[in-house]
Amino acid sequence: MTDEAAVKRIWVFIEQEEGRAHQVSWELMGAATRLSQELEGSRVEGVLLGYNVAHIVEEAYRYGARRVYLMDDPVLEKYRNLPYSIGASKLVQKYKPEIFLIGATTLGRDLGSSIATRVHTGLTADCTELAIDPNLKILAATRPTFGGNLMATILCRTHRPQMATVRPRVLPLPEPLPTATGELIRESLDLSEDDIHVKHVGFIPREGGLNIEYADVIVAGGRGLGSPDGIKLLEELAGLLGGVVGVSRPLVDAGWIGYEHQVGQTGKTVRPKLYIAAGISGAVQHRVGMANSDFILAINTDPNAPIFQIASLGIVGDLYEVIPGLIHQVKAMQQGTERS
Amino acid sequence: MHTVVAIKQVPDTTNVRINPETGTLIREGVPAIINPYDLHAVELAVRLKERFGGKVTVITMGPPKAAEALIECVEQGADRCILITDRRFAAADTLATSYVLARAIEALQEEGPIDLYLFGLQAIDGDTAQVGPGVATRLNVPLISYALHIESIDPETRVAVVHRKTERGIEVLQTRLPALLTVLKEIAPVQRAPLANMIRAAHYKPEVWSSTDPVPFDQDQIGIRGSPTVVGRAYTPAPRQAGDIIRLSELGLQGCVKRALQEIQASGAVDLARMIGANRPAGGNGGERL
Repeated sequence: MTDEAAVKRIWVFIEQEEGRAHQVSWELMGAATRLSQELEGSRVEGVLLGYNVAHIVEEAYRYGARRVYLMDDPVLEKYRNLPYSIGASKLVQKYKPEIFLIGATTLGRDLGSSIATRVHTGLTADCTELAIDPNLKILAATRPTFGGNLMATILCRTHRPQMATVRPRVLPLPEPLPTATGELIRESLDLSEDDIHVKHVGFIPREGGLNIEYADVIVAGGRGLGSPDGIKLLEELAGLLGGVVGVSRPLVDAGWIGYEHQVGQTGKTVRPKLYIAAGISGAVQHRVGMANSDFILAINTDPNAPIFQIASLGIVGDLYEVIPGLIHQVKAMQQGTERS
Repeated sequence: MHTVVAIKQVPDTTNVRINPETGTLIREGVPAIINPYDLHAVELAVRLKERFGGKVTVITMGPPKAAEALIECVEQGADRCILITDRRFAAADTLATSYVLARAIEALQEEGPIDLYLFGLQAIDGDTAQVGPGVATRLNVPLISYALHIESIDPETRVAVVHRKTERGIEVLQTRLPALLTVLKEIAPVQRAPLANMIRAAHYKPEVWSSTDPVPFDQDQIGIRGSPTVVGRAYTPAPRQAGDIIRLSELGLQGCVKRALQEIQASGAVDLARMIGANRPAGGNGGERL
């Protein structure tokens, strides 16, 4: 029989909204599984809070959880800091996990610090790499800092759990095992609605809008566009590729497009799979916002533009020739797919 | 209405340089600025003071040099600024930092009621976004992070309605006051400071609090002793390997476009064929929906 008190629990917070699990939870489950292989006596477990969310438990088993702790309570129907952090902290205090991983979403970043503060432990934000230190047998959580100029590996030697958040899409999504199963532990929250002084009174869904941080494809333009009309061209290519439009700061300052499109130090940090930088010179302020993109295609008339130093492929040429060329070719490929 | 804003002086990370030989950060000569998000928090506090009367108190933990940042807050319209500085606070992680700020705020609470606590969403040198939520938790006040807009706020009934930005849209949240908000830049545009503020700031000296006076901070909870996390290793990320550069003038448009699409596909970063297939106009899954 397993000595439950001795199990080194590696916890993953299973983020859900409206009964649907956020994919980052399963990405973390994959990371937790890898960590558990390096940490003797460990076990991957999920923590699920919400209301009418028990159906997610089976999904958690398939992604690698051997056990799931469930708090299912009307107070937890919509995320709010207080009941979620109290609930999760209560579980931490009872089961004493070794490691606790949370997605670095707006929810996870709001929640993680509150849990860490309540249980008095260390939390490393927005990690890009998680490992077990081979000598210390503790979590080595690596994150970019100083605007991406420096990587720091953070250790939490004496406090438990060792907490970390990881942004969505930084880690690969594991293959679910359809037959996997696990153990469900139900726990109660014991809070009443009267204890909570924040109420949801409305929700304005994102419309026509944009979540550039989570886009897989970004077609971005800079000063080289020369005129606001160039944005239409970017939009057309982005539309064809299922992507969104990004820009460097001067275009936002000029009022050509909204701030929500701005990539860089004072805008959004993005890490799409494909970043097309058209007419962007690539000043460091822009690069820190996009240098972690998987593939960077740079198009610029200036062969000395710094963007070429980080581009996976650079095209020296006029974006007003190259982008229409790409649009044309992609459309031709689409027609090919339709025929096939 | 009394608002307390916590700010941080940060190195302007857009100007950080790496020593190419040692691979370490060159900290000398990097200009120190008020964390950009915090500027907007101060601005919001000043706007609220204009509307409801009251005062704005700004606190910061940092080196003596951080007094500069506080003086800028006076230019913006802050009434009182407190610099919490002591070598014993050095190397604090977010847990130790939230302890110090929360404890300082508790000391201010003893002087009189506070209606609102404002923090920038995150500081651009660490980007953790942890200190505001940590302080809210310690003070046991409602937290609204990613605050985008204040729809209404009433210091009399002690209720505010705040818009919080998430990935899916905007949550409209009603909270009891006092509450703690961590703010996005959109919360209040920074306006030009009036001359009177500039004159006041020119002679202003922030109050200085140490780790023992006037607040006896728990020495086990501050600085490196109070910090559960330590930096095991810091290193400069390997510079991204640049790929080939091709020229439109040499390969021609067809050549460049084909090469680009081939390389994108071959990189494995995106499955271009699938992506294009999935985004056929008939598929109705165009970029405008994202």
